[in-house]
Amino acid sequence: MNFPSKLIEDAVTEISRLPGIGKKTALRLALHLLKQKEAVTESLSQSITKMRTEIKYCSVCHNISDTEVCGICTSMRRDKSTICVVEEIPDVLAIENTSQYNGLYHVLGGVISPIQGIGPDELKIDSLINRVAKVSSGDKVDEVILALPATMEGDTTSFYITRKLKEYGVKVSTIARGIPIGGELEYTDEVTLGRSILTRVNYSAD
Amino acid sequence: MHLKNLQLNQFKNYQSAKLEFSEEINCMVGINGSGKTNLLDAIHYLCLTKSAVNAQDNQNILHDMDFFTVFGEFEMAKNSLEIRCIVESGKKKQIIQNGKAVEKMSDHVGLLPVVMIAPDDTQLIKDGSEERRRFFDNMLCQLDKSYMDNLVRYQHFLKQRNALLKKFGETGRINKALLEPYDLELIKLSKLIAATRQEFVNAYKPLLLEHYADISGKRETIDIHYDTNCTAEDFERQFYQNQSKDLILRRSTMGIHKDDFVFEIDNYPIKKYGSQGQQKSFLIALKLAQFEIFHDKKNTKPILLLDDIFDKLDDLRIEKLMQLVADHRFGQLFITDARPERSAGILKGINAQAKFFKVEQGHVSAWDQ
Repeated sequence: MNFPSKLIEDAVTEISRLPGIGKKTALRLALHLLKQKEAVTESLSQSITKMRTEIKYCSVCHNISDTEVCGICTSMRRDKSTICVVEEIPDVLAIENTSQYNGLYHVLGGVISPIQGIGPDELKIDSLINRVAKVSSGDKVDEVILALPATMEGDTTSFYITRKLKEYGVKVSTIARGIPIGGELEYTDEVTLGRSILTRVNYSAD
Repeated sequence: MHLKNLQLNQFKNYQSAKLEFSEEINCMVGINGSGKTNLLDAIHYLCLTKSAVNAQDNQNILHDMDFFTVFGEFEMAKNSLEIRCIVESGKKKQIIQNGKAVEKMSDHVGLLPVVMIAPDDTQLIKDGSEERRRFFDNMLCQLDKSYMDNLVRYQHFLKQRNALLKKFGETGRINKALLEPYDLELIKLSKLIAATRQEFVNAYKPLLLEHYADISGKRETIDIHYDTNCTAEDFERQFYQNQSKDLILRRSTMGIHKDDFVFEIDNYPIKKYGSQGQQKSFLIALKLAQFEIFHDKKNTKPILLLDDIFDKLDDLRIEKLMQLVADHRFGQLFITDARPERSAGILKGINAQAKFFKVEQGHVSAWDQ
């Protein structure tokens, strides 16, 4: 693509680094910003810079936070005896949106995959073990819920964490996998369907 | 099942080409390098989503172009099936069945059985065990979906375990707890895969022996056996015993990726003791047994691709093979030959509808002998 201005070209290059954005979309966005009042772009770039420099990660669960310890971890209304382990930050949001969970979280920051050079040291696994091991603080952890992706790497990570937690006598559970609500059996993939049959549950009308 | 027609765009040395086939015999003639085998390979793509020759999809695109498409219409027992395969460099390969994109390539494999005989291709006998595992895995994947799923999972876990062993070696820090999930999966999957392989070889062996005797004229006895540690009673123990060796070598030394299928002639390995002719007969018998097992399991005769057999086989073997054609043991047949008169002569004696195509530098035309 040939640009009439080096300034535009630089902006397009930077914007197109964002996920899901190609050169053409980047150009459209850049030209859109040019048409806005200067204050609008000022505010945009400031908020980005501010976000980048001032954001914190919760020292307990590693979720995004404005404070040293996040709102969920400090909340008096949350059940501190349960920890839900997730891969990434958006997973916390997804579970929060269900309004079905009132415990705490632990964000690993990935799953174990030696091919990509990701081992337990690159993830927040030790920090999870420490949270469970720390009984003295009064908040005893009774259950760890593993809510990791249903992939081979997710399963490997779940297995590893379960083994590491074994000596602390904590209950370890994993989220159920099966047919989506409103889903048709005939359109469900065989592996999921097969697994739902194997791990069927007693019927309950609730 | 048969292929009614084929359309190529920017595939290998073809800018574009369109062919209408006979239900029985189709013969591609033309000088070496004109693109006869490429036509067989296009059919291979439609059936198995990949080339029989070059595993790099990108390298099968016409030079200086950025995509190819292969299209074909198959007449099945009850309906017809249009298959389009699109390879565009830098993008994911697409298989489209009756206008609908197939999500997983593995869902397509096995739908359209095909067997290719290329007698010059004796790697299967001469090369290492990898070639033979690939041959049997290809067959089993076309016949058994759960085998394919298990194999894909196995290969993935093996890659992860090897990456881990390598990292342990490089950093000098070993975390045995981290090996455990991979060990358990590899042991479990090895047992499943080995049991299926053993069962398959048991069913395949009598067919192989019969076809070899037929093709070679019954002069020598051959044998095949499946060589594995994974069916042993104490496989699990062996696997763990080898762990320290794995850590030193930085790769996994136990499991179904170490298996072999041993081919023997008069109780000696055919690789070392078989003559060229015996090796070719063996290769053809392997493929004919494959044809038969597919026919049996799929309830349809696979498409048979015969690459350059008249040039590479002696008269006796050609005669035996053509006897099978004349007996209508096969379904639809595709043959390539560099010498038009020769195939015309051989096929004239056979009571079947034969169609000839003349191939010249990426152009195909009907050839009327």
